[in-house]
Parts: sequence; structure tokens; C-alpha cells
Amino acid sequence: MTQLNVNGRLVDVDVEPEMPLLWVLRDELRMEGTKYGCGIAQCGACTVLVDGQAIRSCVTPASAVAGKKIVTIEGLGAKQLTSVQKAWVEQGVPQCGYCQSGMIMAATALLAKKPHPTDGDIDEAMTNLCRCGTYGRVRTAIHAAAGQKVAAAPAPAEAPNGQKV
Amino acid sequence: MNAIVKSVSRRGFLKASAAIGGGLALEFYAPAGALAQMATDGQPELTHWVVIYPDDRVVIRIARSEMGQGSLTGLAQLVAEELDCDWSKVATEFVSPNEHIRRKRAWGSMSTGGSAGVRTSQEYLRKSGAAAREMLVSAAATQWNVPASECTAARSWITHGSSGRKVSYGKVAAAAAKIEPPKDVKLRDAKDWKIAGKSMRRLEIADKVTGKPIFGVDVVLPNMLMASIVQCPVFLGKVKSVDSAAAEKMRGVKGVVKGDNFVAVVADNWWRANQAVKQLKVDWDTGQYGNASDETIMASFREGLAASDLPKARDVGDCAAALASAAKVVEAEYYSPYLSHATMEPMTGTAWFKDDGTLDVWTSTQNAEASIAAASETAGLPLEKVEVHKTMLGGGFGRRGAPQDYVRQCVTIAKQFAGRPVKMIWSREEDMQHGFYRPASLVKMKAGLDAQGNVVAMHTVVACPSILALLRPEAIAKGIDTTAVRSFSDSNYTIPSQRVEYAMKNGHVPVGFWRAPGLQNAYYRECFIDELAAAAGKDPLEFRLAMMKDDDRNKAVLRAAAKAAGWGTPLAPGVHRGIAQADGFGSYTAMVAEVSVKEGAVHLHRVVFAIDSGYVVNPDTCRAQAEGNVIFNLGQLYQAHSIRDGRIVESNFHDFALPRMTQMPPKVEVVLVPTGGFWGGHGEPGALCLVPSVLNAVYAATGKRVRTLPIKDGDVRKA
Repeated sequence: MTQLNVNGRLVDVDVEPEMPLLWVLRDELRMEGTKYGCGIAQCGACTVLVDGQAIRSCVTPASAVAGKKIVTIEGLGAKQLTSVQKAWVEQGVPQCGYCQSGMIMAATALLAKKPHPTDGDIDEAMTNLCRCGTYGRVRTAIHAAAGQKVAAAPAPAEAPNGQKV
Repeated sequence: MNAIVKSVSRRGFLKASAAIGGGLALEFYAPAGALAQMATDGQPELTHWVVIYPDDRVVIRIARSEMGQGSLTGLAQLVAEELDCDWSKVATEFVSPNEHIRRKRAWGSMSTGGSAGVRTSQEYLRKSGAAAREMLVSAAATQWNVPASECTAARSWITHGSSGRKVSYGKVAAAAAKIEPPKDVKLRDAKDWKIAGKSMRRLEIADKVTGKPIFGVDVVLPNMLMASIVQCPVFLGKVKSVDSAAAEKMRGVKGVVKGDNFVAVVADNWWRANQAVKQLKVDWDTGQYGNASDETIMASFREGLAASDLPKARDVGDCAAALASAAKVVEAEYYSPYLSHATMEPMTGTAWFKDDGTLDVWTSTQNAEASIAAASETAGLPLEKVEVHKTMLGGGFGRRGAPQDYVRQCVTIAKQFAGRPVKMIWSREEDMQHGFYRPASLVKMKAGLDAQGNVVAMHTVVACPSILALLRPEAIAKGIDTTAVRSFSDSNYTIPSQRVEYAMKNGHVPVGFWRAPGLQNAYYRECFIDELAAAAGKDPLEFRLAMMKDDDRNKAVLRAAAKAAGWGTPLAPGVHRGIAQADGFGSYTAMVAEVSVKEGAVHLHRVVFAIDSGYVVNPDTCRAQAEGNVIFNLGQLYQAHSIRDGRIVESNFHDFALPRMTQMPPKVEVVLVPTGGFWGGHGEPGALCLVPSVLNAVYAATGKRVRTLPIKDGDVRKA
């Protein structure tokens, strides 16, 4: 038995010590928010926080994180959306959305460490892959979540077809 | 949301679960939220697209799939616009493919591709919304015993003019549902739109920032098993035999299923299934293609270019004579490699043969009708006994439409475990090595210029595998696959003599619709036109404009892009511009890229993209598609699949790299210039001009033409 602390709850799992945390979360604990993308720590879709650090759960054995504080996307904004999630909604970041759990976890870790990241900090920390190409909005949303001034999200009232606004 | 959760439990399979907030819920759930499948609660329909509940909630049915392109919201906006309901009360549900077939395809096409979701369904969707509104007004008028012409409807309320009486849609919906829908309805002029044409927030966005289980890989069902597979590494090969003794002894393994060209391990956990797959000893019959390679494929393309009597996709004027008498002849050969879709969510499908003889399938599909057909055929069950539950797609880009290979596989696997649902997920390696690839192609272009530098003739020969031959053979006419010759066969340049020939060189590598099928040709054509402009000593923008008719919508778009980009104005030292224009998928586009090249690396600083799609249903979504297309297609500069020993060499993101955050240009400016009168798409048009505009800028920076992708070291170092 391995005891894990997931989103503040202690849970015992009977798995092989080498089973990656990703598959413990998904197939043992039925928390599907954390995604499988590559299995080799390349894409970051599986990113979760372990003691505040963003890690790739697809290559992290569950036994290696026993007793540590694991936070998944389900643990963010349980009662209300976090500032990162709110910024993601405001900026309309997700397209297909598959990589966004990992993106949000990585951004959350970055902002905890650097509350006002520069573009360079974002480039360095946000190594997650997004096939839809949402990187520009990810960057803007991180700045927005940091309380930095960003170009306003497109106005909801915008009307390009000769409409009156 | 509540209705949706209810509708899930009504289906009787599952209990909706709130697996959020760190609650380690072990209940079962199917995707809910924006994903709900059609409720079967007997709530009367106004039209088959619109259901209004007594509490005024409006449910708009969506037949197409949502894969990030935003049409779920856009389609709902079009219905809501004509219905004139309160947008905050709108929810959506996916049309049930089973019900669709029972009702003789009442919801039209369910296929989601070709940037066609909005443009090919806008008319019947708007009419449906308008009809529903008229029925509501009519019901209210009857209730008040006044003429319908004295009543108006807006924001979910019907008002009687002289008396000022008001009633909400929900209160008269049941009565309205009994009224025969009007045959003829008047649609609103776009300038009067209040919901369409605005940047409404996407309806599924909340689910996508909270990790809700909305994707195909997220389906959880009672007693569900998990499957991982290995397929014959050489395309078209088969399983000869398999020794699964070691795999079957592994923890959690429930069984091994041998398919025609794959072997699956079924276990209680996907990781265990996948570990066991690695222990299978499969003897493959690799068939006749075990020696195919990049070299053999290139040789076949060369043979194609050299062939005589090729089918002609276009033949106007007298190309041979015009080339013979031209003052200057320019010739070039361009090449692009195979590319995989690399959706972030690997191929997946969950199938459940129920005890009552029915089959349910959950999958990320771009074409639910193709999915239900594939499932029915594989299971040997009539369509009526099959249901397909659509989930959100973790990317599609064309991979999840026509082929449906993964649906057949998951049904084949689950058939051996009748009574239990089985969820199959491909490993990334399987996904990358068993795609339906963007075809590689080799193209030869030859053009003649007169003494004034005008293009008098252009002769193009395309050697390329045919997507249609594999996936839609009935669409091939006279040996021409339109997706293979696009941008040449329908080029908007007014060159007097044009000949386009097609050498269909089909190999064993499966090819498929990859976002903007045929887009390599826009690269070839627009870079070659740039070569011609240089040969003529003319400005690339002016050179293009001179070859475009005045009523060509693309001419205005090209001017709009050039103006927004400040074409011709000074740039920072080392930064250079490139330009391109192309139309496709119903829209007209142009792009200006600003690039610098340092030590053989291309840096993209700014992209200005202009598009005329006729109308714009959701400006923010259109912008997002343009932004996404920039980075998606920037990948083309560096990506390639190579073929060795009949198989794809690259296996994961370490050797088939996707662009990352560092490559996102700081500025992507989208200029929406809808001129009305037609409906164009947005998912793919933005893909056409990225590569040529960037490579034309690379030429401006280095004097080097990149005629072969991917860029290799040295290609973009200054000559």
C-alpha cells in the first residue's frame, strides 16, 4: 500500500511502486483531469504539483511521491476558480482544451514562485505542448493572473458584420 | 447544467458524479456539461434543433463535433440569434447519432471538417431558430386571442404591442411545440445581429479550465476495463501469430485480443495494459512493403513527374507555345514530407456490448455518422442497435473523421469482453506511427515571363499520394484528386496559359485529411510566385496584385494585410517581410510575416493575417483559429516523418517536435474583413499562407529559397 496525499485527502493505493502517478490518478483514483499525452515527460499534459513544484506525473512513480502534497487540476478552484483559471476563461485560452490542465498547473507553480513573471520566465517555465497553438493566450493569461496590465481581451460587444455595437 | 446531468442519469447507464474539488469520487460518470447527448425526457421540441424548458432554459442541439475550433458556440449563436432568446439561458446538447439515423438524418451532416461546420449549416440552423420564434409568438398570440402580427419576440420574451402583455418563451413552449413549423421564414440581416457576430464566450470553456472529464479518454463506466494495443509497424501488414504468455501473467491483465493487424492487451489499468503490450511477442507479416523508404517513395514521385499523358486538372491557353516563346523561363521543384496530426489526445474509443444486444460507443470523433457505421459494421449489429456518444475531442485536425480505425479496434476488443465496457487508448508511439498522414509531395513548376516581366504561362506537375483514393474514392473524377491539386487548379492568378497535371503516386503510407488538405500547394505556389517576382525585378505585392482581377475578393484581402503590416515601410535592422495570398475552405486570406534569421535559425517576430469569410459569427473564435494556425503551421518548417523498412521512424514528441511557447511570435494580428454575401470557414484558411509568407521573408533575409521542407542546417544561412 502506498499512501498519497491528493488535494488534501489521504488515500491508500495498492499499486506497483513503479506505476506512474498519472495512472494512479486516472485509473485508480478516477481523477481524469490530468492527461496522458506522451508518457516520456515531453508534453506536460500530465503536469501536477508535488510540494508546490510542477512535475510530469507520467514519469513520476507513485511511490516517489508518497507523503508529499500532490495537487491536481481537480484540487484547484474546488470552491471557486483560482486567479489562473479565471484569467484562462477571461482570455479564452483553451481551444481543444486537452493540454490545458497541465498548462494551468504549470502556470500555477510559476506564479507561486514568481508572482510577476517576465516573458522570459514564462518561456522557461511553460514547456508544455499545445497542438492547437494557444501559446500567445497562455502568455497573456499568465500576465493577467499576475495582475499585470495586458491588452484587453476582445470586447464581447465587438461586431464586424456592419452591426451596431 | 442540471438538466444535462439529469439527462445522463435518465439514460440509465450512469450516475453523474461531482468528481471535483479533490473529492476522490469513485462513482461513474460520462462526460456531461457542454457535452450532454440528447435528452430523452420527452420535453417537446419546437424544431428538431431547439427545445425550450418551462423555466426558459434553451437547449440547442449540435450535430457537429467540437475539437477546439469553437463551432459548438458559433452554431448555437446562429440558432439563438434568430430565436432571439436570452443567451445566458442557452445550453447545448449533441445530437444522438442513433436518433439521427432513426429520423432519417434529420440533423443533416454530422461531419466536422473542411472548415464547414458553420458555412454549410448556417442556413438551416438560422431558419430553425426563426421558425421556433414564430411558433412561440403564434402560441402566445393564440393564448391572448390577438393577431400574431401584433406581437414581438426578444430576449426570451413575447410582448403584445398595444396591451403590453408579456410572456416568457418557457411558458408557451409546450403550446408552441404543437404548432406546425412555418415553411417560409425571413432571416435577419447580419447588420441587425445581436448574438451572432459577437465574441460570445465559448460555452464549454469552464469545463476546460477545471479538468472536467469531457474527452474520449476520460470516459468511466461501471466495471470498465482498459486496453492498449500494438499495430503492425509496417502499414498494411498483418498479425501472423502472437505469443502472449508473458503478458498474460502480468498483474491486472484480463486478456489478449488478436485483431487482423493489431494485438490488444486488456487490463484493469491502462498502464498495466501498456506494460503488458511491451511483453507481447508478435510475429508480423509485414507484407510487400517492408522495404519501402523515403528513397523508394521519392523515386515513385520522380517517376510521376516524368510521366507523359498525365490527367490535367487545368488546361487553359497554350502553355507549351507560351513557354517556348517566353523571354525568360523560371523552373523550380518543391518538396514537403509526410506529417502526422499529433493530436494531444491519442486515438481512443470505449465500447460496451450490453446484455440486451445493443452496443454503446464513446469516442472523440469528427464524424459521428462514420463512427456509428464503423461500429455497426464491426459489431455485426444493425445501426438501430448501436449508439455513439460524442465526447469533446482533444484535437482533431482531420485525423478523427473518415478513417475510424480506432472505433473498429475498440469494438473488436470489447466484443471479446461482452457485458463489460472496454476503453482503448493508443500510446503516443502507436498514435504517431499509425496515422493518416499529410501526404508528402513533389511538385515541379515552370513559368514564362515576357520582356516586361509579366507571367505568360505556368505549367505545374504535382506528384502526390491521393487522400481521396484512400478515403473517398467516389470523389475522384478523371484521375484528379482535388485536394492534391488545389491552389494550382483553382489559382486566382490571371496567367493566360496554365496547365496543371497530376501524378497520383499512392504508396503504402496511409494519407488523410490534415488541417487544410492540399496546403502544401499554397506554399509551393506562393513561394514560386515570389521567385517569379524576383526574376521580373518587381515588388512581390505589386507583382501579385497585377495578376489579380479587380473583383477578386483576395485582392482586397491582400491589400488589407499589406496595409495593416505596413508593407514597404522600414523595419528594424535584420528584420524582413514576406507576403502570400491564397483562398480556400470558402474564405480569402493573405499574410505578411516579419522574420529575422540568426545563425541558421528563423525567428518569427510578427504575423499579420487578413481574412474575408463573408460573415463572422464569433470574432474571438476566428482570431483564436488564426493564432493557432500560425503556430500549428510554423511546425511545418521543422517537422517530418521519414519512412524506413516500411515504417514511420519517429515515435514521440522527442523526434517529432511540436512548436513550443518560445516559438510563438510576439505579435499575431488578425484583420477580419468580412464583405458579406457568402459564408467562408475559419478552421483551415489560416493555415494556407503561414509557410510561404515566412519562407518568402527568409528569402528576403538570406537570399536563399527553401524549396524542401523541413529546413535543414545550412538552408537558411546567408549565401
